[in-house]
Amino acid sequence: MTIDLLTQPVGVSHYLVVGAVLFVSGAVAMATKRNAIGVLMGIELVLNGANLNFVAFGSSYLRGGSQGGVGLDGQLIAMFVIVLAAAEAAVALAIALNFYNNHATVDVDQGDELKG
Amino acid sequence: MELAVSLPLLLGLAWLLPLVSFALIVALGPRMGRGGRGAGFLASGAIIASLVLSLAALALWLTNHPIPPPHHGEHETAAHAAAAPVDEAAEPPLPAPASAAAPLAGDWYTVCEFGSLRLSIGYYIDALTVAMFVMVTLIASCIHVYSFGYMHEELHDVHDAAVLVDGRPLRRRGRFHRFYQYLSLFSFSMLGLVVAGNVFMVFVFWELVGICSYLLIGFYIERPSASRAGNKAFIVNRVGDFGMLIGLMALWGSLGTFAFGDRADAAGQIQPGIFSQVRSQDSHYSLVVPTGMVRFAARDEIETIYRTAANQAAAEAEVAAMLPRWRELGYGHGLLVIAGLGIFCGCVGKSAQFPLHVWLPDAMEGPTPVSALIHAATMVAAGVYLVGRLYPVFTPDVMLVIAYVGCITLFIAATIAITATDIKRVLAYSTVSQLGYMMLALGVGGWLAGLYHLFTHAFFKSLLFLGSGSVIHATGTNEMPEMGGLAKKMPWTAWTMLAGCLAISGAGVPLLIGLSGYYSKDSILAQVFSFKVHHSFHGWIFYAAAAGGAAITAFYMFRLWYMTFAGKPRDEHIFEHAHESPRTMVVPLVILAFFAVTVAWQVPFTNISLSGLLEQARPVGTATGSSGLSMLAVTMPAETESHATEIHVPVSLTAFIAALIGFALATACYGLRTLDPAEASREFPHVYRFLRNKWWFDELYQRLFIGPTLRIADWIADLDKRGIDRAIDGLARAARMVSGLDDWIDRWLVDGLVNRLAAWFYDAGLWLRRFQTGNLRQYVMFIVVGTVGLFVLVSLYWNYTVAG
Repeated sequence: MTIDLLTQPVGVSHYLVVGAVLFVSGAVAMATKRNAIGVLMGIELVLNGANLNFVAFGSSYLRGGSQGGVGLDGQLIAMFVIVLAAAEAAVALAIALNFYNNHATVDVDQGDELKG
Repeated sequence: MELAVSLPLLLGLAWLLPLVSFALIVALGPRMGRGGRGAGFLASGAIIASLVLSLAALALWLTNHPIPPPHHGEHETAAHAAAAPVDEAAEPPLPAPASAAAPLAGDWYTVCEFGSLRLSIGYYIDALTVAMFVMVTLIASCIHVYSFGYMHEELHDVHDAAVLVDGRPLRRRGRFHRFYQYLSLFSFSMLGLVVAGNVFMVFVFWELVGICSYLLIGFYIERPSASRAGNKAFIVNRVGDFGMLIGLMALWGSLGTFAFGDRADAAGQIQPGIFSQVRSQDSHYSLVVPTGMVRFAARDEIETIYRTAANQAAAEAEVAAMLPRWRELGYGHGLLVIAGLGIFCGCVGKSAQFPLHVWLPDAMEGPTPVSALIHAATMVAAGVYLVGRLYPVFTPDVMLVIAYVGCITLFIAATIAITATDIKRVLAYSTVSQLGYMMLALGVGGWLAGLYHLFTHAFFKSLLFLGSGSVIHATGTNEMPEMGGLAKKMPWTAWTMLAGCLAISGAGVPLLIGLSGYYSKDSILAQVFSFKVHHSFHGWIFYAAAAGGAAITAFYMFRLWYMTFAGKPRDEHIFEHAHESPRTMVVPLVILAFFAVTVAWQVPFTNISLSGLLEQARPVGTATGSSGLSMLAVTMPAETESHATEIHVPVSLTAFIAALIGFALATACYGLRTLDPAEASREFPHVYRFLRNKWWFDELYQRLFIGPTLRIADWIADLDKRGIDRAIDGLARAARMVSGLDDWIDRWLVDGLVNRLAAWFYDAGLWLRRFQTGNLRQYVMFIVVGTVGLFVLVSLYWNYTVAG
């Protein structure tokens, strides 16, 4: 299967692999980083991994163009996600600053106020 | 100002002032000055203002209705008395009804009107009303002032030694303000009763007077004897009032009006009042069965006529034609008798006549000023006043009943007073006896004589009571055997009381001059004597009782005076502590003593005299004697007949001799001690015990009424406890059992289900709580693992064919 990908011309599957790698890296970063900024970076990676999938599926060029496309839906959703990611980053950074204010560190393990 | 406007205004104000005082004291009460002292000033000020207004009304009345010179034999001189029959013969036989002294009748305010039922606050003002106003306010003023001295203990906390709480005297707050509050209400009620213009109002104020006496007799409410006496007064009066209600129903049901006098209605038509229906102009003001009563009694016949007649006018004409015949047959006569007897029944209760006299001596439990007020001006005067006011309604038969009741009362009470040792009780029985005199006089046609005695008695009896209060205040005891020789210690009280004793005994120089009681008692005896001319049997009984009563009156009054004031002190300790009363108490005594001596005298250089004033108020048609409408053929002599010389002279002498005998006997027994009264009581132990126990009346009533009532009450209480209570207890127990079952179901089924569910959810929540660690990275792990898990599930179970 891997060999197939290497030998074939670049298509949707390649993008999916890259997207999956990005997603998993992001998820792992979120799960393992104790630094809040690192967690945020992980989130960005996850979002962009998903974005890559949207773009790949929405591209008529990659899908060979002949089978008819799904229009610009994929691209549009990717744009939305980018905007959302920007907004989310702003909020998240504000939270991180606040966190730092309260704990004098950005180590997420130091905070467990949300414990039920 | 017009008399018809100014008199109701003056008397209305005089009537309402005590009410204002009462209302203010109710509102402010103990906050008025130290210990409520201000209440006394307010009430006294109100009643004295009433007195001034009443005096103004009297002056106004006298200037508008000058009293004619006493042309038919007043008692002033024997020459006048001798001239009486001549004048009498010269007078026209019919009374002049449209005299200048016609009463003023009208309404201040109409409370409500339902068809023919009209309830209003009205007035009926004649010379009697004005005179009563002056008398009541004058005596009440004296009593108000006197009470400042007598009730001064109530200004502070009181230690009532008569009531023991845990072996110590009861300690309570003073009730000075409350005393004056009741006095004000009492004065207001009595004045309202006097001014009342209709029977409805009379009844309302009649009851108000009753409740006031109840409140004041039970003033020392903590003493069982006082509260019992208050209850007794109220309940005994209730018995009389029941009869009164029947009388009022008979009057209203047949005559259709409560008003005494005539009244112009909105349409300008004259609505005849009770008096002009009973004694109409058509019948020359003699008593006839009023048309309303005839129609009421013949209502069956009238219904038949209406059914058979062609139209209403024809039926009405036929009824009118039949009326004289029905009247002749005696239709409605019974109703008139019932009305008269019923109203008299109320008066029997209020004026303490036999057989309802038992409450009055017990009423001595109240403070002494209250006794004076009840006995002189208000409560008991109300009954006599009402008999006098409704005098035109009474048929000769009813009058005979009144006379007999009065006669029995005067004799019984006088005999009981002989053996009483409580100073106030002697006076109480004396009051009952004197009220008997009044009723006797009214009953034998002596309208003037009865009311004359009411006035003179009011003055000397209030004097005697206030004097006895002064003695009690000084000695701290009511028992005469513990007193004696007090004249040295309290001369003012002693000599004013001597004046009262002389007045009540009717002292005077026969045929010449005397104290107030001399005139009124003489006129009563004279009236009884002239009644004897027509009915020798009844007349002899009455005359013997009245003359004997006069002797006994003199005896017990001087017995009282000698035992209290003369001789050697019997109790040194009490004598040592006795002292003359303060000026607030002595001044009213002197004022009342002055009036007790002089009230019956003609004012010098004028024609004004009490009897002349009262004569103006005589109900039309009662001046001449009457014999109509009597089933027992009773003839009432005209009151003028009693002024004839052949009646007046022997009567005066009899009364004088009777009083002299009583006085001599009392002097011999108690003054000079030449006779030993104890020996008399040893000689006749049965008579002594009989009198000492007040003719066993209380025991008789205990046996006859109170005992059976209590037994029936016991039965009913038993039935209540054993039958009804037990049934209700059973029901309650059953209800409790059912509700217990309900409770169990609710608790274990309904609540249990809900609680179990809640417990589950709570446990689930507790369990889930462990996953919310607050650790961000762990959350991410959960998300990742969850996502992976979802993918695994989706890839295992997702049906691709459906997704297409």
